[in-house]
Amino acid sequence: MTAALVPPESRLRPRKGTGRRRVRSAIATGLIVVSFVLAFVPLVFVVFYVAQQGMKVFSWDFLTTDLPFSARSEEGGIGPAVVGTILITVGATLLAVPLGVMGGIYLNEYGQKSKFAALVRFLSEILTGVPSIVMGLFIYTFWVLPRAADGFSAFAGSLALGCLMLPVVIRTSEEMLKLVPHDLREGSLALGSRKSRTIRTVVLPHAAPGIVSGALLAVARAAGETAPLLFVIGATTTVNTSWLHGTNTALSVQIFGNANSPFIPAQERAFGAAFTLILIVFIATALARIVTVIYTRRTSGAGG
Amino acid sequence: MTQVLDPAPADAAPLPPPLVGGPRPPGFVADRVFRIVAVAAALMVLVILTLIIWVLLDNSLDWFKEEGLGSVFSTTWSPSEGEYGAGALVVMTLMVAVVALVIAVPVSVGIALFVTEVAPRRLRLPIVFVIDLLAAIPSVVFGLWVLRQLASPLADVYSSVHSAVSGIPILGDVFGDPSASGLAIMTAGIVVGIMITPIITAITREVFATCPASQKEATLAMGATRWEMIRGAIFPHSRSGVMAAVIIGFGRAVGETIAVALVIGSSQQLTENLFAPGDTLASIIANQFGEASGVQRSALIGFGLVLLAITIVLGIVARSVLRRANKRLGVI
Amino acid sequence: MTSEPPMTDTLIADTTIDSVATMPPTEVDQSLPPESDRPEREREVVFRLAGVEISYSGVRAVTDVDLEIARNEISAFIGPSGCGKTTVLRSLNRMHDLTPGAVVAGRVTYHGEDLYGPKVDAAEVRRRIGMVFQKPNPFPKSIFDNIAYGPRINGTRKRAQLDEIVEHALTRAALWGEVKDKLKSSALSLSGGQAQRLCIARALAVDPDVLLMDEPCSALDPIATARIEDLMEELKDSLTIVIVTHNMQQAARVSDRTAFYTAEPDEQGRRVGKLVEYDETETIFTKPTDPRTEGYITGRFG
Repeated sequence: MTAALVPPESRLRPRKGTGRRRVRSAIATGLIVVSFVLAFVPLVFVVFYVAQQGMKVFSWDFLTTDLPFSARSEEGGIGPAVVGTILITVGATLLAVPLGVMGGIYLNEYGQKSKFAALVRFLSEILTGVPSIVMGLFIYTFWVLPRAADGFSAFAGSLALGCLMLPVVIRTSEEMLKLVPHDLREGSLALGSRKSRTIRTVVLPHAAPGIVSGALLAVARAAGETAPLLFVIGATTTVNTSWLHGTNTALSVQIFGNANSPFIPAQERAFGAAFTLILIVFIATALARIVTVIYTRRTSGAGG
Repeated sequence: MTQVLDPAPADAAPLPPPLVGGPRPPGFVADRVFRIVAVAAALMVLVILTLIIWVLLDNSLDWFKEEGLGSVFSTTWSPSEGEYGAGALVVMTLMVAVVALVIAVPVSVGIALFVTEVAPRRLRLPIVFVIDLLAAIPSVVFGLWVLRQLASPLADVYSSVHSAVSGIPILGDVFGDPSASGLAIMTAGIVVGIMITPIITAITREVFATCPASQKEATLAMGATRWEMIRGAIFPHSRSGVMAAVIIGFGRAVGETIAVALVIGSSQQLTENLFAPGDTLASIIANQFGEASGVQRSALIGFGLVLLAITIVLGIVARSVLRRANKRLGVI
Repeated sequence: MTSEPPMTDTLIADTTIDSVATMPPTEVDQSLPPESDRPEREREVVFRLAGVEISYSGVRAVTDVDLEIARNEISAFIGPSGCGKTTVLRSLNRMHDLTPGAVVAGRVTYHGEDLYGPKVDAAEVRRRIGMVFQKPNPFPKSIFDNIAYGPRINGTRKRAQLDEIVEHALTRAALWGEVKDKLKSSALSLSGGQAQRLCIARALAVDPDVLLMDEPCSALDPIATARIEDLMEELKDSLTIVIVTHNMQQAARVSDRTAFYTAEPDEQGRRVGKLVEYDETETIFTKPTDPRTEGYITGRFG
């Protein structure tokens, strides 16, 4: 086929060799879609399998009963671990969020482009990458060891998780504070408001939903952490509601301890605990999304 | 008092009081305190990082002293014989991380392209949300799932791969005799690969999204297909960014602990066989620190220090790669 | 408080506030005629700028500014964009303190006191010298809370007192009638013109001595603009107003005195803002002395 034979209305038809290029592009697009599906497979499998296995033992009693003394026992639930996880995570949030938000305020409102602010940003990036097991070792040697048997507590766990959450909260806070329009700050300062007052009454309320959403994501991650807790909270089979004193346990630690057990009841408890943990983590993550969506709707719809 | 030659008319409003000399205006002290608190909070990052390094260094000194630098890097870990070498564990840690990257990088790049270039706009947010959920699944739950559901079918796959390649020089060794349980370095690599996919996806997605529309349109306007546009415009633009994502993913893979501890099979014997059980720097801490004492304990703390050093170096490298990329793009 | 008469500053009263830190880098007052020759010597001076130069991170934005702003008058700053008129305006209530790298050199006095003196509190300066911005910037709070924001920071807590202040401020800003029934609704629901008057009311609620307005009408339609201009005329009796505007008709309509700025390349070729001419508005618009002023004004008028 030569160009002279092509009728004018066919000129928009693909040229010679284009077929192969289009096939190649289609294959690439196909692979891209496949890779995306590949990411879904483990998610679906994990959630489905854990839910299926976890449902076998999941009940209100399971969530509230003390742990059994023997792994072989079919009796007992994971009550102490539920309490422990809540205590440790809430404690870590109380430690890390105020500190992290203040750190973010420093970076965006005071430090800005200063050398110290740049150093803090760099170090929190590094801190974000520190493996969680290292944080466990650190809190063990720094906090638990000097206090001997008295050192194991939910508080020590909160310290470890708090250190992991801190850089994440700092980063999120800074990002969210950056989004606050500058003219709001100027409007407040021009009325004779001081900087701290402006930050507390105008800047923070504006950034709050974003910070809450980011903090919730950090909490969700922290609630599932195991490695930092392994050596710092000790162990218990009964509920300990004290944050500061006495050994404690957590869902993640129970899963880790029971996963390798040869006894079926222990394995079932591991799945029950895993199911509970996934529920907690997903609810926190979904909540974070909802806060973001409501926030975006509010700010974008407010002008009209 | 300044001299006033022409005083203001009587009906004019009185002048405001002088700026200086009155009572100190409200909020002055609170303002100072707030600033100091903010600086202190920022300083905490520095304090924590310094403390981590100091505490771990201090508590692992025994290991360095007892063993000497040469035997620290020996490949024998045998507490019963007083051998505390890190070499084998370092090598197996790298093996797990490399397997994880080989799995995670292509998939992550694919997902990132899917989200930025292929998926309908409406679907983008839900997809990102699903990836977020994947990232939110705790490490220990992944470990449990692989241990209880995935390990034994994997063992079958391993033995068929092994019989297919046995006899071939290098492949036969790397894909060697599989462990019967399916708990192996390869298995750990697969789990870690799944676990680092969300972070690599998130970073590459951001990098792809910054590719200027003008460049993409320029290639499309020349008659390029979608794949040619991706190769011609997006990849050259994003090379350093993807590189940084890979480095950060590598750092996470090296530090991943609990899932690995559950599925790697806990063997400190150095092996080149991916289908054999092994152990990593992180997983051996999780499995042995609770019962360790003396030099073994300080050696495990030393492993923590090694992990920390690796992540710090990788963090710095990733940062400089990204910075160079930004500079390059800023210049053009 | 002292029972002495407050410190005043007139055109011929020599101020003797010392400030080593802000000595002008250039010769003072060279462009102005000797003080004894100046008319209207009875007028009180609110601001006196001598040899003011403002730079950002070492780059000069505006230089050689010498002018005096009289009490209970409206002074307008006009000129092409980049001429430094807003920069000068923001030096009058120390807004530059908030911009890292911004330096105000030279001498700015407020009723004879050095505005940048070491003991002067910038927050107190801004309470007395209010500012209205180019884009209306109401806080995302209720109308009431927007107005009450200033009084609250200054320690007014009693509800009855706040109610009174809010009503008074909104009345002065000619907004009370429109919003008195929806004080609890969000300030973001107001139209552009209403939002700008809300911002004026917000500034008035702290009872300022001066109101700085940075192109307050540039985002508004002609009707809203006219209302703001009427408002300025009324406020003049109790306040000193300085307005930056790119609209010369507006300057001609509302102001008593006008300062014309322009930007010219310096030795290194960087454009730097300069004060060209400052005089009564009528003089500036009918018989300006500087050809650059005339060029700008006639060019714009057609």
